[in-house]
Amino acid sequence: MGLNQATPSGPVLAPAPKGILDPSTGKPVGANDPFFLEVNHELSDKGFFVAAADDLITWARTGSLMWMTFGLACCAVEMMQVSMPRYDVERFGFAPRASPRQSDVMIVAGTLTNKMAPALRKVYDQMPEPRYVISMGSCANGGGYYHYSYSVVRGCDRIVPIDIYVPGCPPTAEALLYGVLLLQKKIRRTGTIER
Amino acid sequence: MDDGKLDALGQTIVSALPGAATGHAVAFNQLTVDVEASKIVEVVKYLRDDPNCRFVNITDVTAVDYPERDKRFDVIYHFLSPTLNARIRLRVAADETTQVPSLIDVFPGADWFEREAYDLYGVFFVGHPDMRRLLTDYGFEGHPLRKDFPLTGFVEVRYDDQEKRVVYEPVRLNQEFRKFDFLSPWEGADYPLPGDEKAGPKV
Repeated sequence: MGLNQATPSGPVLAPAPKGILDPSTGKPVGANDPFFLEVNHELSDKGFFVAAADDLITWARTGSLMWMTFGLACCAVEMMQVSMPRYDVERFGFAPRASPRQSDVMIVAGTLTNKMAPALRKVYDQMPEPRYVISMGSCANGGGYYHYSYSVVRGCDRIVPIDIYVPGCPPTAEALLYGVLLLQKKIRRTGTIER
Repeated sequence: MDDGKLDALGQTIVSALPGAATGHAVAFNQLTVDVEASKIVEVVKYLRDDPNCRFVNITDVTAVDYPERDKRFDVIYHFLSPTLNARIRLRVAADETTQVPSLIDVFPGADWFEREAYDLYGVFFVGHPDMRRLLTDYGFEGHPLRKDFPLTGFVEVRYDDQEKRVVYEPVRLNQEFRKFDFLSPWEGADYPLPGDEKAGPKV
């Protein structure tokens, strides 16, 4: 367990966190990063530092993406997997939110049928700006296996605008996680503020 | 139950219901009884209540389409008897206009099965209190599991930015459906299936 007892009768204590130490220097990894050192120096020198408000806002945005689960088929299982402890998207600030009115991202996970399409659009319309959509899996990307079916939408981009397409049938949890990271990159790159 | 017992059971059922059950067959350890469409409720009541049968569990109601036949549909009912540890299949011939009596008074569980068979095949069940479509889209036209229903259907959906809603349009495919599987075992290919190379002639 890694717990140790200070005295035989005393309480059991967890060891103090050590961080990730670089074995060659004995200091934390990234301790000699020039950017970090410069910011650190500026802070200790002046007590403040200057950054563009855009960068700050997009940084804050990428770190608190609430995603709405739109699990339609088997892809939803991989979507659950990505939020479970092994891949744990919450460490990227990507947390599940049950209500569309409080979420920033929608993951369309699975086959979108004609009958479900108006409901998907209604849910999307309820999301506040800025909003993003991740299309997950072949069926959501372009109909996939059911492309020629009488009841399936040939790609959910016919219904809602898509930011990230994750290929696969179903995509692995890693693939979806990579899609999430790409979405964060896209937000940092193209982030805009309504003035 | 072995085939002999199933055959005896089939004979008992057919002789107990003259004019309603018209014939029986045993294939693959399963008993199939042919039934007149108008008498199906009588037959099912007998199968449920007779102490020699006790088919008290309705497993499935569905249909099969044979477009070349005069009565194109076979409506199929499956029942299970825990007493006999046996299953039975009832087969009712019907066409687009045949009014098949609903089983909902005998087996309430037939509700959604009959709605599904109506939805996908267009078989009419009379006496059902809520005969709506079950699976397909609201306002869907046609019965998709009929053999003459086109694979891609008739309409597709798209979000219209002007109208601010999801609109229905006639299907327009950028690439026609193409079938590349020319050697499908379902299409009468004459090569041995993988794994069947050492199999002897079927008996």
